[in-house]
Amino acid sequence: MNRKPSLLESVGTHLALMAAVAFSLYPILWVISIAFSGKRPPEARVLPVITDATTAHLTNVVSSSREGTWLFGQQFANSLAVSLATALVGVLIAIPTAYALARFRFVGKETGVRTLLATQMFPTVASAIPLYLLLFKLGLLNSRTGLVLCYASTSVPFAIFQLRAAFEAIPIDLEEAAMVDGATRFQAFLKVALPAARPAIAVTALFAFMSAYNEYVLAVTLLSKEEMFTLPVLLKSFIGEYKQDWERFAAGSLVVSVPVMALFYVAQRHLVSGLTSGGVKG
Amino acid sequence: MSRSRARARLFSRWGRKRPQTPALRDARSARALARLFSRWGRKRPQTPALRDARSARAFAVLVAALIAFLFPEIAYAKKLVLWHAYAGGGDEEKALLEILKGFKDAEVEVLALPGEALDPKLASASLVGEGPDVFIAEHQHLGEYRARKIVGPVGDAFEGDAAFVALAVSALREDGQTWGVPLSPKCVALFVNDDLVKKTPVDLEGIAEMTGSFPSGVFTLVYDPRTYTHAAFFGAFGGEVLTKDDQWGFIGPGAEASLALARDLVVKGAVPEAAEYNLLKELFKAGKAAFVISGPWLQAELGTKGLRYHVEVLPRIRAAGQPMRPWVTVESAMLTKEGAVKPEARALARWLGGREAAQTRARVARMLSVRADVEMPEDPSLRAFTEQVRLAQPMPASRAMQAVWDPADRALIKALSGNAPPDVALAEAKRRFDMVRRPLPPPASPTPYIVIVGVTLLGLVFTWLRGAKKGDFTAEVKKSLPAYKYVLHSVIAVGALVIAPLVVGAATSLFTGNLVGDTGERRFVGLANFIDILTAQGGALLATGSFYVVLLVTLLWTFANLFFHVVIGVSLALLLSKPMLRLKAMYRVLLIVPWAVPSYITALVWQGMFHRQFGALTGLIHAINGLLGTDVQPISMFARFSTAFTANLSTNVWLGFPFMMVVTLGALTGVSQDVLEAAEVDGATRWQRLWRVTLPMIRPVLAPSITLGAIWTFNMFNVVNLVSGGQPDGSTNILVTEAYAWAFTREAKYGYAAAYSVLIFFMLFGFTRWDDWRKARATAREVAALKVKEAAT
Repeated sequence: MNRKPSLLESVGTHLALMAAVAFSLYPILWVISIAFSGKRPPEARVLPVITDATTAHLTNVVSSSREGTWLFGQQFANSLAVSLATALVGVLIAIPTAYALARFRFVGKETGVRTLLATQMFPTVASAIPLYLLLFKLGLLNSRTGLVLCYASTSVPFAIFQLRAAFEAIPIDLEEAAMVDGATRFQAFLKVALPAARPAIAVTALFAFMSAYNEYVLAVTLLSKEEMFTLPVLLKSFIGEYKQDWERFAAGSLVVSVPVMALFYVAQRHLVSGLTSGGVKG
Repeated sequence: MSRSRARARLFSRWGRKRPQTPALRDARSARALARLFSRWGRKRPQTPALRDARSARAFAVLVAALIAFLFPEIAYAKKLVLWHAYAGGGDEEKALLEILKGFKDAEVEVLALPGEALDPKLASASLVGEGPDVFIAEHQHLGEYRARKIVGPVGDAFEGDAAFVALAVSALREDGQTWGVPLSPKCVALFVNDDLVKKTPVDLEGIAEMTGSFPSGVFTLVYDPRTYTHAAFFGAFGGEVLTKDDQWGFIGPGAEASLALARDLVVKGAVPEAAEYNLLKELFKAGKAAFVISGPWLQAELGTKGLRYHVEVLPRIRAAGQPMRPWVTVESAMLTKEGAVKPEARALARWLGGREAAQTRARVARMLSVRADVEMPEDPSLRAFTEQVRLAQPMPASRAMQAVWDPADRALIKALSGNAPPDVALAEAKRRFDMVRRPLPPPASPTPYIVIVGVTLLGLVFTWLRGAKKGDFTAEVKKSLPAYKYVLHSVIAVGALVIAPLVVGAATSLFTGNLVGDTGERRFVGLANFIDILTAQGGALLATGSFYVVLLVTLLWTFANLFFHVVIGVSLALLLSKPMLRLKAMYRVLLIVPWAVPSYITALVWQGMFHRQFGALTGLIHAINGLLGTDVQPISMFARFSTAFTANLSTNVWLGFPFMMVVTLGALTGVSQDVLEAAEVDGATRWQRLWRVTLPMIRPVLAPSITLGAIWTFNMFNVVNLVSGGQPDGSTNILVTEAYAWAFTREAKYGYAAAYSVLIFFMLFGFTRWDDWRKARATAREVAALKVKEAAT
């Protein structure tokens, strides 16, 4: 089937893909042009061009500090640490459970899976205050640890779905062979199944990371110290009802997006294989 | 606090091993991270064993760094805590920090919050006493704060009536107590561009008559015609938007006359139909507005150079024979219940309201003062604002105001755009207000519900016991024990932090108020909330905003999104999976970009692109007009349902197609080349191969993603809220944004919001069950067909 496509066909393909790329990049280019443009008169324009180029907005956002603390750096570090920890904890919680769902038969399995799917259907609007009080009782209010626990448990249901399918896709023969050779079930899981599921684990971790990295409402509700805030809170504070500082918002957005883009770039090799094995089966 | 000490003790074992200063700690985690990242760049190690050892070490370093960073919560000496919403680093924040430097009685820890976060945060923090001691908020929130028992009386923080102007004192006094120390008043006044206007006419009608005397492209008057500013018009006609006894007052001849006047200004071309603050600012800055009505916040952004303008008191309205009377809001230092009993917290509030602080605010941020002993400022604009405050009326502080904004804004937009005559729009607004304000349902007896729940539970236990008796159940459970070891921790984590709050939240739907905390108005009402929603609150079942209409919009939203996600995602994946395609990797990376950028950022950017004056869409229309010589008018995307819905849809399609694309790419790797080749040999055209072979083969892989996508889209709060925000007239709201509106903008009707959530849940749950059943039936049918075939051969 690997015949060479006709010239017309390949031109058509490239044109279609370029149009799609233009569509997907257009808003991003706007963010860039706003972030790096100096003063400009209000005017509707089609092309996101940079006028009067300046890095002032960027420097302004990045250098924000208070009383000797480099606030932006601290909040950036918070965002990264909280999201990394979320990915780590979430995936660690999900892996054994996903494995059990893929390999064992046990009482309550169906109910459990259904309950997990059900948690995805409930809007969180009514559960915010109970959650707040619960964390208070646990002594985890106003702590990044509490935030990580919340994010991680929220990311667990989706992670379990992803990973269960990934484990199901791994031939069971390998583990059985290992157990014939004297490995325990747990060793078989650890040494055979786990390495085989690596791409899916990476992708699942990426999702957990993103969900924590983008979250705003819980972060601003649970934390009460600026030194603990994550970056979405900072960005939100630029866009108020009476003061809309789009330049700083755009500049901040660029900085905020860099780590996620980098992770996507690194993970994109795995993205395809990791996601496909991880279809959700309700 | 003993709790934090206990926590400190708990972690002290960790603490000893760690360096103590934040700087050292940061340096160390930075080094660890650097070490970690340096591995990415290097060439991958060759043997798997070496790689495993290395990644294990990297993993250990990462975990250690995270623990070192996250566990030691930043410790503080005991300080007073002050919350404010001047976030963003403006002059007001600078002034506040400078004022605090002069306060010597105690150390103050300041928290700047995004404006919309202050109230919800105060509300939840007050439930557990974790709130600040002092916070700065505008007086009109007092009703809400008092109902939620957030504020306490200020006591000796208040210097006495003589120290402040009467209006400020009256705004903060209720039930014989003073509930805040007034700091600074804010109201709108008239900004005049001195290059365009030589002499300001005495009345608004006179200003309107100047239309036509300005260069083209210059608006005579620009203001945000929603409730807050329109209250000044209505005030001239002697009306009150909310009456003293919390009834809807924005109705009747005065209200209609004020609306007719505003509509007249639009018809005459003196005023643009809709001008939110940003547009107003840009127009005035660019010299494209002769007059604007705005507040001191505009002045803070105009700067001192370039534009020649001055501020004066709002004009009279000829038709009413009275000056315009805007609403004034009084920014105040308020004390929480906890703060009110602390002498040093009261001292802080007193200091914030003091003479010196007022002078600092005026100097650093050009803020007005409410103090009687601060002399009239030199600054002419400040003088004008001070003058205007005298002629203003305090904005009502009653909790009922929360129910005013949305209906009143909608009525104004409708009437000003000519979509409805004033009386009709106002009557509709009053109906909406009354609907939110109608008395809470009577308490219901919980007995029947307890009986039902009890019987169900008993039934479950009975079935379980019967199963257990049979013997094989116990055996099954025993056999399951090893599996439970793998599952237990997940059950605990998800059960405690996800399911438990959801269950409590769902139970809230049977109550008014909130189930936990906030006990003042809690009351069991049974299914009253559900009945109310399902009967459209007694109104027409198919009126805008009724459950059924919103449900239809939600379904349309979900299907339209899924359609485009799947079509675009699958087509792009098919293109990308062509064997000989060059630059494949580049295309793939660039097409994933929308997925990688945080969605709240892109949602706001899309909203900006649809802006009627400055949006890219308008730019495109101008460009087309320029090229073709046509005269297409810019589109107000959010003025009609169809366009506003399209705006939401295009944003969400943009956000969602990469996911489908990636899933399809994965699914395509599973499509066997042999089968495709066989089909080709058999003479199938390309089209037939696509429809008969490829698509059926990827369908089972896509199906679960589509199901999950449907659930997510159904509950997609961010995009709808940030792009259209329900405009126009709430018609683009979907169920989940409607639920949020009840919880946060309509007097905190949590029971209602919870009932919406429960309904959403039942619908989605029903949908997935139906989907399962459908699939099971299809499989069964196939199996049966196969059997028939087998029997036949």
